[in-house]
Amino acid sequence: MSISLEMLLLMLGCALVTWIPRVTPFILVRNLQLPDVVLRWLAYIPVCILSALVIESLYHAEGKFVTFDWLNLIAFIPTLIVAIWTKSLSKTVIVGVMTMAVLRFFL
Amino acid sequence: MSTHLNFNESTITDDSFAQGIKDCIPTLLGYISIGVAFGVIGITSNLSVLEIFLLSVLVYAGSAQFIFCGLYVAGAPFSVIIVTTFIVNLRHFLMSLTVAPHLTRYSSLRNIGFGTLLTDETFGVAVTKVMKDKQLGGNWMDGLNLTAYLAWIASCTIGGVVGKWLPNAEDWGLDFALLAMFSALLVLSLSSVGKSKLMHYLKLIALMAILLYVLLYFLPGHLAVLIATMIVATIGVATEK
Repeated sequence: MSISLEMLLLMLGCALVTWIPRVTPFILVRNLQLPDVVLRWLAYIPVCILSALVIESLYHAEGKFVTFDWLNLIAFIPTLIVAIWTKSLSKTVIVGVMTMAVLRFFL
Repeated sequence: MSTHLNFNESTITDDSFAQGIKDCIPTLLGYISIGVAFGVIGITSNLSVLEIFLLSVLVYAGSAQFIFCGLYVAGAPFSVIIVTTFIVNLRHFLMSLTVAPHLTRYSSLRNIGFGTLLTDETFGVAVTKVMKDKQLGGNWMDGLNLTAYLAWIASCTIGGVVGKWLPNAEDWGLDFALLAMFSALLVLSLSSVGKSKLMHYLKLIALMAILLYVLLYFLPGHLAVLIATMIVATIGVATEK
């Protein structure tokens, strides 16, 4: 098992551009006090980014028109109900995966 | 919102490494299923097990690793692979910026450590913790981060090793684990915002759905997510009471 120097450099390049956005805020925030409005803005980021990630995967943007990804949308309904009902991460994931497995089996 | 930033270490409740590991466990099914799926796809993209291992150690980002395989197998120039990886992972900047103010009392070195191991999932677990407890502990973060990191590396590598014999992960619905996890984290975040703010947040989510729909006509998914998040958060601040 070996790896070419070229491949190693490519991976290091990808590692660097992934690392910089992750680490910069941690260094930045230590050295300056963020204004109140920025902190208020940041308080909205969790809900916004999580809902964006969820909603984006319910859309299907491959064709000429953006439509729903029906399979994901159907599996999303019981998943969301379990999430609201149990407030449990593991139960939600298990129900979600099982729903998708059943859907793929029959469709 | 900013008052909770001025606390000292003695007020931390349950900032233990062990609790961090424990709080990571519900996300492991997500890491393992996506990691194994990545290992399998890596093998079919002509990567060796060593390359799969190194990629998960060095890049440590699910979506970027999948895209890496896709571009690599398509013979894309290295510059394109690196620029795409950068754009796909740019959302981590926002995530780090959200988590970092809660950890400023720790040393620079430890902060670099927190940032290096930040992912979508650990971000989700950490912000849910912040919304519930109004604070974050460094030992707890390390427990969460290291568990997730090791689980990811192990799953990717195992996926690579068993690659050729594993039935397609998609058929088992495992690819849905990520979406299910984000849904649960979203519900958990919303359940701790309080009744008065909930309506405001639900309106913002409705707006998010419309905005994303429009943006997806001209932007790839990861960029649409990033831009829609920044726009909706700005509208959130502008319309709050």
